[in-house]
Amino acid sequence: MTNPLIPETTDAELVRLAKAGGLNAFEALTNRYEQRVYGLAMRMLRQEQDAEDVTQQTFLSVLENLEGFRGEASFSTWVLRIASHGALKIIRKRKGLNTVSLEEAAEAADDFNSVPHPEFIADWRQSPEHLVERNEVRRLLDDALTRLDEKHRLVFLLRDVEGLSVAETAEALELSEANVKVRLLRARLQLREDLTRVLGDPARQLVRSHYHHE
Amino acid sequence: MKCEELLRLLNEYVDGTVDPAVCVEFEKHMAGCNPCQVVVDNIRQTITLYKDGRPYAMPVQFREKMHDTLRKKWKEKFPAP
Repeated sequence: MTNPLIPETTDAELVRLAKAGGLNAFEALTNRYEQRVYGLAMRMLRQEQDAEDVTQQTFLSVLENLEGFRGEASFSTWVLRIASHGALKIIRKRKGLNTVSLEEAAEAADDFNSVPHPEFIADWRQSPEHLVERNEVRRLLDDALTRLDEKHRLVFLLRDVEGLSVAETAEALELSEANVKVRLLRARLQLREDLTRVLGDPARQLVRSHYHHE
Repeated sequence: MKCEELLRLLNEYVDGTVDPAVCVEFEKHMAGCNPCQVVVDNIRQTITLYKDGRPYAMPVQFREKMHDTLRKKWKEKFPAP
């Protein structure tokens, strides 16, 4: 029999073993994804207690619904979708929006034509590999993320940090794919602007004298 | 291609999902437009930085409590014969 504790065992195999009642396999799946779920919940909710609640609820829901999981999506996508649904519920409750979808209607006018142009353009002084190790950079990243509109932040977290596809992000946040794309572009551009103002080399700042029209 | 068109196609280009013919146009534009080239680099670096950033560590005590709860629920669901 496969030992569920070895890292080489695939998620699909662990799911199969867990469905057959293998507690070890279920725990191995939990061990694999709990940090990611907690990290996503913390970034979405920015509050430890809420992040813990979402994490526990997510794995309880995995336990309850495992039989129904047919493997159309990967296990990781499925888990992250459950987690983001849970976090969204809390966000809506905080806003008193129990039934309303996440402002999708108001977004209709927010198309690609109204996306702001980059302003501060400069090469960064250091590569991301060097920057990521520094504590003050961590703070900078968190602050920039906090300044994003929630609707833009959630899309960025699922798509770029967690690596879900556009379609999976749309499903997890109950948005259209077109909406996800516009929000993602806004999020990326705003974060780029914020980070470049701090990390960019002023000596190498480029000022656009004009826009190329050809 | 204009700078504004490039901006609209930025996601597809960075994610590698842009149509190959459009990709050629995109890169031709960047070769002649340093600001657009730097913006694309900045965007890639921004994504990398967030992706590789240190995750929030789950508190150990919470983790133990959660695993206890899950084990208890599991045993209710699959009672030992």
